[in-house]
Amino acid sequence: MPETRHVTPRSGDTLLLVGTMKGAFIFRSTDRGSWEMGGPHFPGSAVYAMAYDGRAGRQRLWAGPQSMHWGGVLRSSDDFGRSWTNPEEANVKFPEGTAAALRQIWQIVPGRESEPDTLYAGVEPAALFVSRDAGESWTLDEALWNHPQRPRWEPGGGGLCLHTILLDPSRPGRIRIAVSTGGMYVTDDGGSAWHPSNTGVRAEFLPEKYPEFGQCVHKVAQSRQRPERLFLQNHWGLYRSDDNGDNWKDVANDVPSDFGFAMAIHPEDPDSAFIVPLESDQFRCTPEGKLRVYRTRDGGGSWQALQRGLPQEDAFETVLRDAMAVDSLQPAGVYFGTRSGKLFGSPDEGDEWTELADGLPPVVSVRAVTLGRG
Amino acid sequence: MAVRFVLPGPLRELAGNREEVRIDGGAGSVLDALELLWSRCPAVRDRVVTELGEVRPHVNIFVDGESIRYTGGLASAVPDGAEIFILPALSGG
Repeated sequence: MPETRHVTPRSGDTLLLVGTMKGAFIFRSTDRGSWEMGGPHFPGSAVYAMAYDGRAGRQRLWAGPQSMHWGGVLRSSDDFGRSWTNPEEANVKFPEGTAAALRQIWQIVPGRESEPDTLYAGVEPAALFVSRDAGESWTLDEALWNHPQRPRWEPGGGGLCLHTILLDPSRPGRIRIAVSTGGMYVTDDGGSAWHPSNTGVRAEFLPEKYPEFGQCVHKVAQSRQRPERLFLQNHWGLYRSDDNGDNWKDVANDVPSDFGFAMAIHPEDPDSAFIVPLESDQFRCTPEGKLRVYRTRDGGGSWQALQRGLPQEDAFETVLRDAMAVDSLQPAGVYFGTRSGKLFGSPDEGDEWTELADGLPPVVSVRAVTLGRG
Repeated sequence: MAVRFVLPGPLRELAGNREEVRIDGGAGSVLDALELLWSRCPAVRDRVVTELGEVRPHVNIFVDGESIRYTGGLASAVPDGAEIFILPALSGG
């Protein structure tokens, strides 16, 4: 196995938690200009989900490595990856009677500040797990699992995965999840009852184009300042909602394609969001061989191509649904990784880009963390 | 009756850094033998079988050189003195 390099982060540093098909990497920077790389952690395992939990005085990393041979467990580190927990018993597992077995951990989300021991995990086959004891034990959200529409969810290209978990900052009981392919579901009571939330979202691949559920939602992003404002990147379709997801409006204006996976919203400005359009579902690569991030400043009324510092010739890249992130600094930093193993970053909201790494395994997830600032 | 498990590198740390685990007791089938292994090395179980109790798809188990995929799966007989290898399959990308 390769030797793992370690980084020693300090307060105020920006960290990038980069999950790949062959392990995890941790990038550290004090100025968002020069970066130090640590890793690989869990070499050989696919790491689709990583998270940072800075609540209650913790400095805890989470990762969901999945070995092709030996399965997956959730592992945590309180020393930035120098050591990781390795639970004897798999901590995220389907209970008896579900006839299901974990295939992949797709998402790890720390709960609200008011519930510092709560964490959420989205997995494949599509299900939500919750921990109330800081990740020691996990339980299946039975209401979502037993939802009468769940048997009609279908797997997409990445499998039948629950890939997005959004905790509404203004409503303690409201949680939004997204499933490919099942669509979005919302609970207002912390997970006891769920209802679909897909009105206006098109399902190009179904005979009925606007069904109640069954959409292939690729990513959803929610504003912290205006939680009723959400953006959605669909399997064909780019949408915005201004009413908590009750209705969705097409905002695919001035983009080369409304197909894509990754999406991120500005940490402060609810009108600003970032996407990476791909040519089509038949050719899931950046159009015209140009790697471009598109940014809106007006809620999707228009989108501007951001390409300074990004390859604009023979760049047939793919950016997957969790492989883009923003930090919480001003101006916001934006980061993304590609299936070809490149990692790019911009410290100025996408105006200028720098290649932070090349030659990584295929990047499947990126998370940005500003230490000491959550 | 005794059987001897031979574990691959990734599982040895979970079995007290042992490459081999000798099990004494009645093990009529591979499932019986594995249950005895779990009782001695509980952390190995979830890495070898899923929560449905099925051997993970990219894990192979051999009893005296024969893959249990062709001899009856977990119900395969385990003779006294058998050598049971648990190995990662030749898969990946």
